[in-house]
Amino acid sequence: MSIELLLALSLAVPAAGTFLILLLRRSPNAREAASLVTAGALFAIVLRIYGVVSSGERPAVVLAEPIRGIPIALEAEPLGVLFALIASFLWIVTTMYSIGYMRGHHEKNQTRFYVFFAFAIASVMGVAFAGNLFTLFLFYEVLSLTTFPLVTHAGTDAARRAGRVYLGILFGTSIAFQLLAIVWTYSVAGTLDFRTGGILDGRLAGIAVPVLLGLFVFGIGKAAVMPFHRWLPAAMVAPTPVSALLHAVAVVKAGVFSVLKISVYVFGIDFLAAAGASIWLMWVAAATIVLGSLVAFTKDNLKARLAYSTVSQLSYVVLGAMLANSWGVIGSGLHILMHAFGKITLFFCAGAIMVAGHKSEVSQLKGLGRTMPVTFGAFFIGTLSIVGLPPTGGSWSKWFLGVGSLEAGQVGLMAVLMVSSLLSLAYLMEIPLKGFFHKPDEPPRHEGIHEGPKWSLVAIVTTAVACLALFLYPEPFYRLMTMVAGP
Amino acid sequence: MGEGAGRVTAHLPILQVVVPLLAAPICAVLRHGRAAAWLAVLASWSVLGIALALLGQVMAGGVISYHIGDWVPPIGIEYRVDIVNAWVLVIVASIGAVVAPYAIASVEHEIAARRIPLFYAAYLLSLSGLLGIAITGDVFNVFVFLEISSLSAYALISLGRPRRALTAAYRYLIMGSVGATFIVIGIGLLYVMTGSLNMADLAELLPGVWDSRTVKVAYGFLGVGICLKLALFPLHLWLPNAYAFAPSPVTAFMASTATKVAVYMLLRFFLSIFGAAFSFEVMALDRILLPLALVAVFSMSLVAIFQVDVKRLLAYSSVAQIGYMILGLSFASVTGLTATLLHLFNHALMKGALFMALGCVVYRIGSVHIDAMAGLGKRMPWTMAAFVVGGLSLVGVPLTVGFISKWYLILGALEKGGLWIAVAVLVLVTSVMALVYVWRVVESAYLREFSGDEGTREAPLSLLAPTWVLVAANVYFGIDAVRTAGVARQAAEVLMAGIGS
Repeated sequence: MSIELLLALSLAVPAAGTFLILLLRRSPNAREAASLVTAGALFAIVLRIYGVVSSGERPAVVLAEPIRGIPIALEAEPLGVLFALIASFLWIVTTMYSIGYMRGHHEKNQTRFYVFFAFAIASVMGVAFAGNLFTLFLFYEVLSLTTFPLVTHAGTDAARRAGRVYLGILFGTSIAFQLLAIVWTYSVAGTLDFRTGGILDGRLAGIAVPVLLGLFVFGIGKAAVMPFHRWLPAAMVAPTPVSALLHAVAVVKAGVFSVLKISVYVFGIDFLAAAGASIWLMWVAAATIVLGSLVAFTKDNLKARLAYSTVSQLSYVVLGAMLANSWGVIGSGLHILMHAFGKITLFFCAGAIMVAGHKSEVSQLKGLGRTMPVTFGAFFIGTLSIVGLPPTGGSWSKWFLGVGSLEAGQVGLMAVLMVSSLLSLAYLMEIPLKGFFHKPDEPPRHEGIHEGPKWSLVAIVTTAVACLALFLYPEPFYRLMTMVAGP
Repeated sequence: MGEGAGRVTAHLPILQVVVPLLAAPICAVLRHGRAAAWLAVLASWSVLGIALALLGQVMAGGVISYHIGDWVPPIGIEYRVDIVNAWVLVIVASIGAVVAPYAIASVEHEIAARRIPLFYAAYLLSLSGLLGIAITGDVFNVFVFLEISSLSAYALISLGRPRRALTAAYRYLIMGSVGATFIVIGIGLLYVMTGSLNMADLAELLPGVWDSRTVKVAYGFLGVGICLKLALFPLHLWLPNAYAFAPSPVTAFMASTATKVAVYMLLRFFLSIFGAAFSFEVMALDRILLPLALVAVFSMSLVAIFQVDVKRLLAYSSVAQIGYMILGLSFASVTGLTATLLHLFNHALMKGALFMALGCVVYRIGSVHIDAMAGLGKRMPWTMAAFVVGGLSLVGVPLTVGFISKWYLILGALEKGGLWIAVAVLVLVTSVMALVYVWRVVESAYLREFSGDEGTREAPLSLLAPTWVLVAANVYFGIDAVRTAGVARQAAEVLMAGIGS
């Protein structure tokens, strides 16, 4: 099968999966099997693309050409492949998790849930393999639209309000800032293609460069850089698998991935560094890192705390891109990977605690670790990875981000990274500590071990083990990132 | 092709107008609703065929000049088709061809049976009037067709079920007549100065009398008159009620065609006849239109957000969208004008689709109040899906025609550089406002519980099919805009250069 066809299939397979899911809606088992098969097929396709790209090729395919010179085009390059690998692998795991969660939690409209989930993944693939800014923008918007029904899944007043914030911020920023930035880029560069070294060098100068970069960073609301982060905590009304895959991995990572991709392939890190255009945004990201952590402290609701932790962690990736040197870019890319596995583990655990323990607030978790040891053990590992401690993958990305800060001569940023690590250690570690070492306020509802649904447990263990494995084997991903920005 | 066919091809320009013009009285005397309906469908489909053939001819062989009764212009009346009006003819004819079959079921529901043949007569007259304005090369002829289309439009609006339709029609009649009078005064003054009514002839004669005050006064009269017709802020007051109370197919038809033809009149008079140079350099047209357009876009989007009647909401949105078209013109550049001409077509597609979806809602629940539409997403999934796609197009989401319009409009603003970036920002901010008013409806339809009649079902296929034809067009021309943008750009170049030759 030709590689170009595979590239198109990476979008078509999950999109076709939606029809299969709809077709099999009468039999939940067959429907979930369809989801799993689709997810597996997609991962196989992405692996094959990875094989080709890691040998140095950059396959591309044009799907349509709406405006002359601005096609809807897909191109597989290392950064996109990294993102696609993460999203497609975690889709398999999340589907397994969802089966346990959605049934255990007796959610309604499960078919609609799986359909839009598959659509969302198709758009994520589009974001990952976008060959130019227009295509990226297109799938970015489609992703906002397809995840909207997932956010408002519960259909309550709270869900409706959250949906309004969600779409309002994501669409508002993308239309008002991002689209303006894209047209601006086109009007000075005459192209929207992603190219190594960027397309703006020599075409834009002075104050315009930092302004344009700011339009991109704030226009990509999915990156949740403050003050446009409110949609992310709002989106937590969604069922937990949605929060786990989309609002810890796919959607938010689509945001920071776009920021990174634009920094590398539209501006070019050398141009950014020479123009000093990204310095002000470094500090915006640093502020988001610290403020996000501080707000997380105040949240007693577990999912809300995790959401603000995500806001904070996303800005690590933005910060890495703004450092505008190769260590920063490598750290940034690796952090997309490491944070994805760490945070999805935490969300999986939060969901399992909701389904099996019927608890949603941190203060209610005392002693729960004794009835759910695997879940709380996994939460502990996930926490280590988020904080960036060995023996988990998170330590690598923090390492490279630190190196990048020093290389950029920003010792202050290094301090921000350290402080924020301590903060996240404090607000996350509280949860396993409470679970394992505090005495429960009331006698537990269940005697002995009572873990979440078994499908969910499999998912939790998988991602927690992956956090550990990534500490030992970061090599293939590091190599992909050096292909993007070799030191 | 035989000799007979060749003879027909040569007469396409006159057939474009005569076919619906002759079908109208036949409809009136038929006295049988369905028979009149099918005659109207047949007529409007042949009109579309003719319009497409004309566009093909113009793109292949350049300007077509047709002399009525073989009287040579400038004495005789000339029909003159260049790329600009061939484009407008296709827009009007396409909407006419989609609305006519849609009207069959909708009209039987909304209009008393005995009036149905008269409805189709008025509809065809309005169609031929609009086509006539677009095709003629004679300024007095423009006025005649304008009256035909306007008078029939007043009648069409007054057929609306709410009693307020009568006052809405009356208001439109007054405002429209003032507009028409201004236009005829302008034409009269031009005739006084040049002794000619032929557009091409006028374009040659006018530069000689540019300095005269009379010409400038004529320019002013024409400007105000036409802007009344195209509902440019603050001359738009007739539009919201007229759209809100007219029968559904009439709203869909008028919103997609009448104002578009008026915009064409503006372009034809000011850029072709007076000349782009005179308009922009002597009369400062761009500097007059720019603030009006900006205020229109912003204030009308804001007003739309607070409407509870969805038809009115879309009516205000239309005034804002007309602002975009005028904004493109005020750039005084080829890219800006390309955006205007593209938006003529694109806005016809999106508003047509949206108003037709609303027609489906009226057909089933009799109201388009935003609360009455609560929960309709489940009851009428296809209708509301059509509304969502049309709405996204209005917002300007990629893969829809709305995005293409926005793209060229913003590109046009950025091309001019400097402070014009503020204009680009305003276009984008108002797009976000469009998202707000569209999303209020979507939220009501999808995230609230249905509280109406339990038996409410999806609209019949005869309404859905035409609606979805326009929805599909919204997406198709959003994905493949190379052709439409090409034609629009060619037309813009012709207009900026003066009269096409």
